[in-house]
Amino acid sequence: MDQPPSEARSGVSRRAFIKGVIASGAVASSAAYLFRGSGETIFGQASAPESVERLITLNVNGQMRRVDVIKQETLAMTLRYKLGLTGTKIGCDRAECGACTVLVDDVPHYSCSMLTHSVRGRRVQTIEGLASGGQLHPVQQAVVDEQGFQCAFCMPGFVMAAVGFFKTNPNPTRQELAHGISGNLCRCQDYDKILTSLMRGGEYMRRT
Amino acid sequence: MAENKLIGHNYTPSDLVAKVTGRARYAEDFRADGMLFCKLLVSPMPHARVRSIDTSAALAMPGVKAILTADDLPDFGGAEKALTNEPFYAGEPILAVAAVDEVTAAEAVERINVDLEPMAFVVDPLESLRPGGPNARTTGNAWGPPMPGGQGPNAPAPPKTIKWTEQQFADADEGRLPIGEPGEEWSYGDLDAGFKSAAIVLDETFVVQSTGHHPMETRSAMAYWQNGKLYLHCSTQSVAQTVPAVARWVGIEPTQIVLISEYTGGGFGSKGGGTVSMAIPALLSKKANAPVMMRISRDDESYIGRARTNMTGRVKAGFAKDGRITALDLFIVQDNGSYGPMGDHRSAGLAASIIYQPPAMRWRAISVLTNTPPRSQQRSPGPMQANGMIEPLITKAAKQLGIDQVEIRKINSPVGKAIYGPVGPTGQRPRLTSAFVVEALDKGKETFRWDERKAYSGQRRGSKVRGVGVAVGPHGAGSIGFDSLMTIRPDGKLYVQSGVGNLGTHSVMDLARVAAEVLAMPWEKVEVVWGDTGKGVPWSCLSVGSQTTHAMTRANFAGANDAKRKLQEIAARDLGGAPDDYELGNERVYRRGSPGSGMSYIQAAKRAIELGGKYDGHEVPDDVNAMTKRAAAMHAGLGVMGVAKDNYPRNGTTYSFVVGFAEVEVDVETGKVTLIDYLGVGDVGTVINPRSLLAQIKGGSCLGIAHALQQKWVFDQKYGLMVSRRFHYTKPLTILDIPVSMQADAVNLPDPETPVGARGVGEPPVGAGYGAVLNAIADAVGVDVFRRAPVTSDLVLMSLENGRRMHEPLQAHV
Repeated sequence: MDQPPSEARSGVSRRAFIKGVIASGAVASSAAYLFRGSGETIFGQASAPESVERLITLNVNGQMRRVDVIKQETLAMTLRYKLGLTGTKIGCDRAECGACTVLVDDVPHYSCSMLTHSVRGRRVQTIEGLASGGQLHPVQQAVVDEQGFQCAFCMPGFVMAAVGFFKTNPNPTRQELAHGISGNLCRCQDYDKILTSLMRGGEYMRRT
Repeated sequence: MAENKLIGHNYTPSDLVAKVTGRARYAEDFRADGMLFCKLLVSPMPHARVRSIDTSAALAMPGVKAILTADDLPDFGGAEKALTNEPFYAGEPILAVAAVDEVTAAEAVERINVDLEPMAFVVDPLESLRPGGPNARTTGNAWGPPMPGGQGPNAPAPPKTIKWTEQQFADADEGRLPIGEPGEEWSYGDLDAGFKSAAIVLDETFVVQSTGHHPMETRSAMAYWQNGKLYLHCSTQSVAQTVPAVARWVGIEPTQIVLISEYTGGGFGSKGGGTVSMAIPALLSKKANAPVMMRISRDDESYIGRARTNMTGRVKAGFAKDGRITALDLFIVQDNGSYGPMGDHRSAGLAASIIYQPPAMRWRAISVLTNTPPRSQQRSPGPMQANGMIEPLITKAAKQLGIDQVEIRKINSPVGKAIYGPVGPTGQRPRLTSAFVVEALDKGKETFRWDERKAYSGQRRGSKVRGVGVAVGPHGAGSIGFDSLMTIRPDGKLYVQSGVGNLGTHSVMDLARVAAEVLAMPWEKVEVVWGDTGKGVPWSCLSVGSQTTHAMTRANFAGANDAKRKLQEIAARDLGGAPDDYELGNERVYRRGSPGSGMSYIQAAKRAIELGGKYDGHEVPDDVNAMTKRAAAMHAGLGVMGVAKDNYPRNGTTYSFVVGFAEVEVDVETGKVTLIDYLGVGDVGTVINPRSLLAQIKGGSCLGIAHALQQKWVFDQKYGLMVSRRFHYTKPLTILDIPVSMQADAVNLPDPETPVGARGVGEPPVGAGYGAVLNAIADAVGVDVFRRAPVTSDLVLMSLENGRRMHEPLQAHV
């Protein structure tokens, strides 16, 4: 805020109030509505002369995609708003829910908390890149067969987390798989059926 | 429907592949050319008045296109608007900026000067009731009873100011809820006689917490205008009923709105008939003359995303030696939050009367305004809180009387068309349409191996002790009187239009299966059309209050029978005989007993178009809603039309029940509570879609379990600010917090007061999960360890170490 509000007129000004709040340790400030704590979001940042190159090539779902990316842009935003891959969902903006999980070099990552510039030269796979040749990926097929999810907003993240986990542990117990996907939240919360469907996915993967 | 081919069978809903491939588009997945982004400026204070707003510096920034303030919105005489000049809670939006990108919008927000005058505020309802306590609004602190004539006009009557005396507050020193002037009350039976005849009388206070709904998808929305029409991509629990709500919030006619909501990423009651914030992108788009995307962050959602009403209840109950309740006296202080008025406290009172069937009962309650974010109905609003307040007392009574937990519930449960509540406007006490709770208790007791588990509950092994608990979660489960619309077309397919929300319960598809069943149509030839008013949808219920399955199976049953009758009439007209001589099968309408005769659906559809009039939808019944008439006009001439309002009689109020069984393990050295096993058994009428039903029971139970174990709202009481924002500070259950496998089942007994026999299920599992886990913890460590939820480790540990309850007995949001 450039101009402080008139402190003389108000008994407790907005600014003094916020100071008090910060002093009290409570979590709220005028910046609470911002996309990032730093007050920066990804769109329209002019790049400084010394900043990194903006036009980069990304390997997404096996395709080389040229894209204009500012330095603080997250992978989730690039995927959703620049590459049209809206299957990757943003549920919390900061690594609390896992809805934005994608694979980077086969390892599950929260794309909301990963800078796009950091995935140059690496393989990015999203939910849109799982099916091939008109065939669902075995984990996708299992989710359909078992009707694994409800509202399904968390589904792409769960599926990507599971696909990544199976690459390191192709034959897990229910408990092991639960640990492997425990970084993903669901609010419809039939986790039991989610786990059953993803276990079935592991079974399908082993068969193919 | 003696031999159902579709109802009661599992199937694969047609939207699953779109969901699993990422092609399903939720509100924030839509794009439009020249789309602007929007950011909100929200109040940093729990109560303030805007003195002035200086937007000049923001508007001077390149890329800033428009700013919307409360002055740009229609006024509803005090009811909640999307933006305000008098924020009633910290986090309430004051203005919105549209800019070419999010960072510009956010920077613009920082350059806006809002001069706020801080005002008195309160976050704890009891503080507001104290003598001289602050009011949440200058006009008062408590909502009165509802205005006569149902919901009344848009603007509620102004709140009243109610303060209790110091004398009345004396009980607070004892940790008991003080009882002063209630806002409203009812009673039936002889309370005094009930208490006199009781073998034991208990009097306990319990604090039920508030939690945010936090669906995975926030209330993001995108809007643009074309040819004078508003196109709104949004997340809602009802496509049909969000239209009139948006019309009111934006100040236009319902016919000017095209509403698109194909997939909703959860709602749980927070997106009932849409969300008031939808007006922001709609009106910003008009002002900026460009599409506007309002991306709601998880932080925003913590404030504007709605929450459950928290309640503090004082429960006095008498029990006969055999465990029968003789009298129940319930007093509720409800934290209504900053808007409303909410009615959870009323639903809680009725639910208590239903599930415990006291022969005499008094309900008194007061709904207090606080400067905390607005509440809305959250999955089992009221009955779940009743479970929380009353279950621990029932368990205590069972222990004192030496009666099994399941038995005391069987003794007190509603049976059949049970009577409940006070005398209504008809001069009689209301009745349920049906209840099979005892059957569900029996079934669950056996499946859960209750007696086996009970044998070792309460015994310590090392630092661990197990406990078992059971609870009956009730909830209203169905409305009536909605419309349906469907056509059988010359392509041989049945098109079923649906105006409900698609929340992932699969009810949007289940309902079409009822129509297909009546019309003997193979499921492969059914197209469900939903999620877009531009495609023509009938007037439908809100997908809240566990209504959809009940309300819309009735409506679709009516519409399908209308189409059936028309098929029979067309056949009789062309081929002779009476309509009743014809029946349906094999995609044909044929002479009874002669399946090869008659005509195919394709022929009948073509014939309907030739005949016109009512047959192809050029004439529709007078009693259907205007929205249904508009949708029917869109589909007139396309084939045989089934269009009807649900006019089936119903004698009684429709409730569903879920019985929850839980086993927990408590570590008495760390206080940690682990859920070992869980079973939910539904009494929800005829089962339409078994797999989805069990998912509803297990998922709903988990919401209740989270309330028992870990989730709560916390406020900084001094500054009135929310501490428990986002997921991190009020963590939902994760996949590691549930047992390795959970179980669910249903008694599958039809409700006699609805033609398909089905009742709703979404809500009753919540109170069942909540109550069963609370009871299991009490069973493990004793009934006097806690009187508030969630029962966190510190609460268990401190109480066990000190040999008495050690938690704050009354304060809200701690």
